[in-house]
Formats: sequence, structure tokens, C-alpha cells
Amino acid sequence: MQFEAREHTPVAFLLIVPLVAVLCSMLLASLLIIWAGQSPLQGFALIFKGAFGSSFAITETLAKTTPLIFTGLAAAVAFKAKFWNIGGEGQLYCGALAVTWLGTGIVDLPPILMIPFLILVGMIAGATILMLPVFLKNQLKVDEVVTTLLLNFIILLFVGYCLEGPLKDPMSMGWPQAAPIIDSGIFPTLIERSRLHLGLIFALLAAVIIWAIFRFTLWGFEIRAQGLNATASHHAGINSNWTIFKVALLSGGLAGLAGVSEVAGLKGYLTLDISPGYGYTGIAVAMLANLHPIGVVFSALFLASIFVGADFMGRSIGVPNFIADIMVASSVLCILIGLLLCKYRIRFNSSRLKQVIS
Amino acid sequence: MDILDIFLSASFWAATIRIACPLIFATLGELICERAGVLNLGIEGIMTAGAMAGWMWVYQGGDLIGGIVFAAFIGALFGLLHAQFTVILGVSQHVTGIGITMLASSLSYFVFNMLLPNTTTPPKVVPFQTIDAGPLANLPFVGEVFFQHTFFTYLAFALVPMVIYILYKTPLGLALRTAGENPSSLESQGISVFVIRTIAVMFGSSLMAVGGAYLTISAFDAFYFGMINGRGWICIALVIFASWQPGKALLGALLFAGLDAMQVRMQLQLGTFIPYQVFLMLPYLLSIAAMVIVARKAKYPKALLQPFRRGERN
Repeated sequence: MQFEAREHTPVAFLLIVPLVAVLCSMLLASLLIIWAGQSPLQGFALIFKGAFGSSFAITETLAKTTPLIFTGLAAAVAFKAKFWNIGGEGQLYCGALAVTWLGTGIVDLPPILMIPFLILVGMIAGATILMLPVFLKNQLKVDEVVTTLLLNFIILLFVGYCLEGPLKDPMSMGWPQAAPIIDSGIFPTLIERSRLHLGLIFALLAAVIIWAIFRFTLWGFEIRAQGLNATASHHAGINSNWTIFKVALLSGGLAGLAGVSEVAGLKGYLTLDISPGYGYTGIAVAMLANLHPIGVVFSALFLASIFVGADFMGRSIGVPNFIADIMVASSVLCILIGLLLCKYRIRFNSSRLKQVIS
Repeated sequence: MDILDIFLSASFWAATIRIACPLIFATLGELICERAGVLNLGIEGIMTAGAMAGWMWVYQGGDLIGGIVFAAFIGALFGLLHAQFTVILGVSQHVTGIGITMLASSLSYFVFNMLLPNTTTPPKVVPFQTIDAGPLANLPFVGEVFFQHTFFTYLAFALVPMVIYILYKTPLGLALRTAGENPSSLESQGISVFVIRTIAVMFGSSLMAVGGAYLTISAFDAFYFGMINGRGWICIALVIFASWQPGKALLGALLFAGLDAMQVRMQLQLGTFIPYQVFLMLPYLLSIAAMVIVARKAKYPKALLQPFRRGERN
């Protein structure tokens, strides 16, 4: 088996690859649905119905898309520079924590100022916590994968402490939850009587802005160059430590925004379960989009529909909803193969000798 | 003096040994993968899968040794999957590992839910019992520390010299280390890098799974959600701390387990002054600290993270 680098990747490939990856993951899911004694076709029909079957379902799916766009962008930005930020989950909670701290009464501004203020606060918090791994990586050469991963656990424990101690809502009847965000800080809902909120618009805006940064700015070019070939970009005069620092600011800020949007948009107050692993799923979102900011929007929508739909299927025919995570994970693995095929052509040589002779 | 009391109690040392066991298995597993040049971030999920598989085997009526073997088998399967991606196809080891972790843990939970629907309290099995060490077990202090453990615990400690022997004294070990340092030279000896790395990742992954199984059929008696709780990531930090040497990995795991055992005991004494979350954070903080200490002089296997492709210059 040999790999032959392609000079051009057909554009169609880049669109087909995610689709084929999704199909493969559906194949695996079908096996599991059959095991659960149900028909896969009915299963997928229920997933679709659960995600898009009614206007309520659609708003739920879009509400779930919102944090995934943010964490997906966070992962995409970082991975583009080959900075392995696996700490999206922790940064999300940092953003949520900061917003809870400053949004529950300490600061009171009119909504037009309060919402941007909270967004800024959440971004700063998410970015700040990522500075520790960046510092350790740049100054001491400590691998960022492990530090960002371990920080997730530390931050979650810290949030748990805050919710039982200093930030606990005295009106919460003993539940570990924080006081609600004041009214002027709450994101307005987009559709009456739904959970869909302004965060979605911010998420879409963020995707466009990140796309523009990648496409049009020198900074975006530096990020891409850093990821493609760190040595070459270093020789071209790009300061890699500085680039990684800026990438981390952006990545952590975006993940923090996911926390802001969940607390100030969806839930209204902070609990320990605002994120069922959005930070980790963000990695899948980014991979499925091949790290393209606009692609992130679509892959976030797709994965959100799987999660919402699988919940519905679980309630209807009793297939455990872990099937959603399985589909996400297997499509990530499939897309890796697909992207490889975009870059290389695989040749299966019946005999290498023939090649040597000719 | 409170801390002195802790050090003088036999139960502290016995607990240290128990806590170290899953870490020893998984750290050695990760170490073997990395010595062959493959970072295995699937560790967290593979440990979950092993914990579930080993427990389920016993719950379904299999014997305990069979539980270990079955966990190892499941681990090797995930290792094979990992190797297909990272060794044969040579795609990103980071993303593959995260993908395997997500796949292995969600599959474990799915299977658990399928086989045991509608269970609210996790069902229990009869785990490994302490080996009857005769009069040795009754020795003061030493008896409780060293001679009141399960077979599984002794297996963990016996594994260390075995891994050291394999890595440093056998041709397979030499090939494995070469695959992680200079794969081209291995290939020029006529040994396939693909085969060696695949074996290493499969064997390493099976050890990770056995480490997970230790939790469910020796340390505890049930499987519950999120029970690995970052232990896999801690093991990755321990491998770096041990600078990729199995002997130091044992030392690191023991040191770490000792601090963990101390943390629990301090919690009892200081729990009223210091929130318990601080104590729970300690293992993760310590792992980061351990990496910081050694990071500057860390001697990574030279070909770590580098896919090998025949006929390509590295």
C-alpha cells in the first residue's frame, strides 16, 4: 500500500467526504438500533422527526446548535494552528462562571450595554484560563493536550465549589445553582415561547468573523502557516509563540462565549450541568467541518440535530441515547480517513518489484 | 502531628498500593504506545471500556480472571482500531485518540444500558478477594501493607519487571523502541514498522483496559458512569513524568497514589476548614505540576507523533 500525494483535490471531494463519513456512522448506528430490536429506518425517521418534526423541535435543535457553533469554532481556530486545545469544556464553564459573577447584580447596565459587557467578560474569562497552558507550552515546553484536559476537571470542581459556596443562590432551596442573571443581561428570545435566543445570531456572526479573519487578514495567514508547517513559518519570520498566544486568546474566548450563551441565553442561571460535554463535542464539530468556520455552522447544526433527535428516539423506542455520542465519535474517525483521501491517493501495488524493474 | 499519624498508619500505605494499581496498568500501557511512537489519547475511553467489559463478564457469570482477559481483549480491539488510523493510515494521532475516547466510552455506556436497562442503582459483583497469605498477613504493619491484597494488585506490580524485561532485554522490545526513535532504521533491518507499532498499540491498549477493569472488579464492585474520571489523562502526565521509563512510571504512580491517599485522609481532618473540592482538585493539579517539573528536560521518543510512510523521507 502506498500513498501518493495529490496535486489537486477535487472540490467535490471536500463536500462528499463529510457526507460519506456521516453515512458510515449511520451504518454503525443502524447495527446498534437493530441490536436494540428496532428498525433502523424507523430509528432514523424518529431522529429526523425529533430534530425537525415540529416548530418546537426545530427551535430546540437550533438552541442546541448555538453552543456547538461556539465550541466548534474554538476548536477549529486552535487546531488550524495545530494548537491542541482540548479544554473547551473548562473554558466554557469559566465564561459561564464569570458571567454569573458579574451578571447577577454587581453590575447593572441597560440591556444594550449589559449584553455586550457580559459577552466581553465571558470571552476574557475563557481566554484567561487558557493562558496557563499557553504559558506552560511556550515557556516550559509542557504539552498543551494534557494541561488543557486536566484543567477541565479542575475548573468543573471549582464551579462546583462556587455553586455550593460563594455563588450559591440563597433562594435555590438547597440546589447547587447560582442566582439568576439580571433581566437586562438576559439574551432576548428570537421566537416567542421557545428557548431559541439571540446567542444563535452571535454564533453565526462569530463564524463569519472568524472566516473573514482566516481569509483576509495577515493574522489568519499566520495561523494557517503555523499549522501547515511550523518550521517554515518560523523561518518566514512568524513568531510562533506570539501566534499561539493570539490563537489561544481567540479559541478560549470563543469557548467562553459558549458558556455566556448557555447561562445568559438558554438557562438564565448557572448550574453544574449547563454543558453535557459541548467542549468535547466542539472538537467533533470542527473536524466534521474540516476546520472551516462556515462549515462549523453546518456541522454544529447536524450534530445538534443528532443529539436532539436521538433523545426523541430514546424516549419513543427505548434505544439508549448514547447512540448520539457514538455517531459523533464514529463520524470523526471516518472523516479522518476521508481527509486523508483528499490529500493522498492510495495505491495498492500487486508487486513492488514490477515498479523497481520498470 | 496529624500528617505524621497518616504516615504511621498501615491503612494509608495499603491504600496507596491499591490506588496505584490502575495507574500502573494504564501508565505502562500508554508508555508502551509512546515508546513505539504513537500517542494514544484513546486511553480514557479504553479504560472505560475495560472497566465495563471486565465487570460485565463477571456479572454475566464469568470468572474474575476471565474478566481481566476479556477486558484486555476489548482493549486490544480498540488498540487495533487506533493503530489502523495512526499507524497504517498515519492520520492525526491527537484527533484519532479523542475520537477513540469518545467512541469507546459512549459504546461502553450504550452496551451497559442495553444489557441492563432500567437499573437505578448500579448492580454489584463479587470482586477479587484478598489472597490468604497465612501468617504473613498477621504481621504487624507489614502484614496489612503488603500481604492483604488481591491477586489483581500483585499482578500490577509483577507487570513492571515484565515490561522492563520485554522493553530492554528482548528483540521485540528493541524493535519497539526503535520504532519510536528511528523507524527508518528499523525498516532497513527488514522489520515492518507498521507491524511493530500495531503490536505496541494493541498491547498498550489492552493494559489500559485492564487498568480500567481493576476499578470495577478489584477496587470496587460496580460500574458507573464517569468512573474513570480523568485517570487516563493523569496517566499520560505520569508517562511524561517518568520520562518514558517503566521503573520511574511505577515510582510516579506510587507517589501519585500516596498523595491521593493522603488527600482523602486530610479531607477528613481539614474538611471543615477547606472545601472538599480543593482536595479533589489535587490529583489534577499534581499531574500538571509533575509535567512542569520534568518538561524542560523531557526526552520524547524522537518519532513520537510522526506517522511512518514507506519510501518517504523523514
